[in-house]
Amino acid sequence: MSYDLMREFADSWGLLVMALFFVGCIAFALRPGGKKQADQAAQILFKDD
Amino acid sequence: MRFGTEIVALSVFAFAALVAAGFGVDVPFRQHMWVLFFVLTGFTAILLRNTEFKPAAPVDPSAYMDGPIRYGAVATVFWGVVGMLVGVVIALQLAYPQLNIQPWFNFGRLRPVHTSGVVFAFGGNALLCTSLYVVQRTCRARLFGGNLAWFVFWGYQLFIVMAATGYLLGITESREYAEPEWYVDIWLTIVWVAYLILFLGTILKRKEPHIYVANWFYLSFIVTIAMLHVVNNLSMPASLLGSKSYSAFSGVQDALTQWWYGHNAVGFFLTAGFLGMMYYFVPKQANRPVYSYRLSIIHFWALIFLYIWAGPHHLHYTALPDWAQTLGMAFSIMLWMPSWGGMINGLMTLSGAWDKIRTDPIIRMMVAAIAFYGMSTFEGPVMSIRTVNSLSHYTDWTIGHVHSGALGWVGMISFGAIYYMVPKLWNRERLYSLRLVTWHFWLATLGIVVYAAAMWVSGITQGLMWREYNEQGFLVYSFAETVAAMHPYYIMRAIGGAMYLAGTLIMAWNVTMTIRGRQREEQALAGSVSALQPVE
Amino acid sequence: MGLMAKHALIERNATLLLVGSLLVVTIGGIVEIAPLFYLDNTIEKVDGMRPYSPLELAGRNIYVREGCYLCHSQMIRPFRDEVERYGHYSLAAESMYDHPFQWGSKRTGPDLARVGDRYSNEWHTQHLTDPRSVVPESIMPSYAFLKEKALDVKDFSTQLVANARVGVPYTPEMIANANADLKAQADPAADTTGLEARYPKAKTGDFDGNPGEVTEMDALVAYLQMLGTLVDFKTYDEGAGYR
Repeated sequence: MSYDLMREFADSWGLLVMALFFVGCIAFALRPGGKKQADQAAQILFKDD
Repeated sequence: MRFGTEIVALSVFAFAALVAAGFGVDVPFRQHMWVLFFVLTGFTAILLRNTEFKPAAPVDPSAYMDGPIRYGAVATVFWGVVGMLVGVVIALQLAYPQLNIQPWFNFGRLRPVHTSGVVFAFGGNALLCTSLYVVQRTCRARLFGGNLAWFVFWGYQLFIVMAATGYLLGITESREYAEPEWYVDIWLTIVWVAYLILFLGTILKRKEPHIYVANWFYLSFIVTIAMLHVVNNLSMPASLLGSKSYSAFSGVQDALTQWWYGHNAVGFFLTAGFLGMMYYFVPKQANRPVYSYRLSIIHFWALIFLYIWAGPHHLHYTALPDWAQTLGMAFSIMLWMPSWGGMINGLMTLSGAWDKIRTDPIIRMMVAAIAFYGMSTFEGPVMSIRTVNSLSHYTDWTIGHVHSGALGWVGMISFGAIYYMVPKLWNRERLYSLRLVTWHFWLATLGIVVYAAAMWVSGITQGLMWREYNEQGFLVYSFAETVAAMHPYYIMRAIGGAMYLAGTLIMAWNVTMTIRGRQREEQALAGSVSALQPVE
Repeated sequence: MGLMAKHALIERNATLLLVGSLLVVTIGGIVEIAPLFYLDNTIEKVDGMRPYSPLELAGRNIYVREGCYLCHSQMIRPFRDEVERYGHYSLAAESMYDHPFQWGSKRTGPDLARVGDRYSNEWHTQHLTDPRSVVPESIMPSYAFLKEKALDVKDFSTQLVANARVGVPYTPEMIANANADLKAQADPAADTTGLEARYPKAKTGDFDGNPGEVTEMDALVAYLQMLGTLVDFKTYDEGAGYR
């Protein structure tokens, strides 16, 4: 695998996949149905000691 | 037989160390192997004295495994005192060079003892014990792998002892924050993989469906450090019975690999790991959930995605190609966003309970930590801008920046976590004294302010003196004159550091007395009704 | 299974979380570091670079051992004041045989990238023995013990072999002559024609004022005296070197 090939991938599809993954993470975190689940998760540390 | 396998394995390794001490090809290596031999023999002796010829009592699989965490908490305090003490010593050596004692206690050999001592020994033990504490309580599962946690704990202490004694003997790769030589690196790799298995194994057997976000930060810290450590320490030993090795990369490639490691040691060891700490201990101490759980998820992905690119800002205007420098600068500036997102998330956890900052000195400590996190993650991106960096690089400004992060953020959040955990781990009703926590807080805070202010002034002064021209177009100052101008600031810095150390000593006293089950007779803090009540 | 439900897996599946975060952190490193090994113009084309002579390498190992890089950089930036103070800005090519690099990150003392030939051997020995006797403002520790310690040589070819394995072009001839070259460079009476053919511009003779013995001081001063002296800047093309 040459450097040019790798760089080309990193500049195009690689970057796109990373960006989409990142946007996906944010969208997922902020999705309308997520609030309840997030609130539940935030309570985990109070369940047990 | 209790400790049967351990005793046999330790004796074999002790014997191997003895052989290496006899046949080593260079003097420092032979000395280092003698150190290893005595450490391992001593350890074997302790185990032999404690062994019993009957099967160990069965453990309750539902109970948490807190033994290694108790040891880890004590080790954190102990190495904190040692690392900071060495810091004050080398600060004084810069002000009064007569304090160098050649060859073992010269500045060049002691400085890695200080940096590794506070980063890997103090910070590392704090991460180790809090991560194991948090993962059990948020997964509601006992640590995975039986005695694996003990191996990780003692294996890590052995790494610290070997690294530190090696520096004093002159065994170093002289690559910043990655100084230990090849055989110590290999040992750390083994311990670290065991740590990863321990942590991941515990998550996998959890009873809680969701993985709490603190564990995300801890996990990414463990796995990223494993990757960084292995790649950055690739090297070729000159002899398998010698201490000297040559790094696999050279020059510009070595420089970028090293600062990719170095910056992410900050990003993942000193930031991601301690953010895991923040996301558990701040909500627990405040007794309210984190401000926005969803923000914490965004914080996580943004932080780990951006941090890994920022390394080249340590190499501005060097022989590193410009495109790499620009990439490093751009990502460093972007990093400001997730950092402040995290800071806001931490601080706002207290919304509706701001009075706790006044009444609860442990909360005050944690809030100060988050505030320092915000300050140094603002200063960092500023310093990564090439024009600013052209002035700040090579000067004490960098040292000041590192310390506002290390003393302010890493130190304070660890102290907060220790103060929270210790009474719980030893089943004490409360800390020995909350007033001493207040003393610790003010000594530490004032110490940081003195330290950082001295370093800002000295750094900017020296940077400006280096580049000052007179009307005839000649450089005004010789290098030696700029060194002389630093003297007062170096004294001030040592004073600031000593104040911070004094605070840590107070903590050591407070923690010791708490463990011994004592409670100091003292008046309740002003405004606090709840503070002296049982912690839970 | 909808997209959101799939994504929920990450939050609940530890292995996915591990792989996901490892993936994210690997990419930055690969994109930044890997090109440096592939791109031809990362390291400039220069005349004069050669591997360290055995004595210089031994001196460099002492420099590394004592952690000199903690206070002395070896990287001159392309600014007017730095170029006037220290000399031509540093090129990547000048550290291409440095395992490890010693660019440093702090200048408690001055940059050493071009300290070679600037001071006499006597000055260096005196300065390392008692820094404040020659520079009153200095805060450097004393390294007087280097003068008392004979250089621990043994079979020095192993050091060259290890360097060769990580890419330094030491020839079989250099490796075979490692010990002889090391002794010859510090011996004023030795025949150094072979040494100078293998390592052009090597400084020879006694370095520490004690010709009878090859000490660690000899090695360290020999290293300091060659720093930044190899590249021939008369033949260096500034424009072509820009990356």
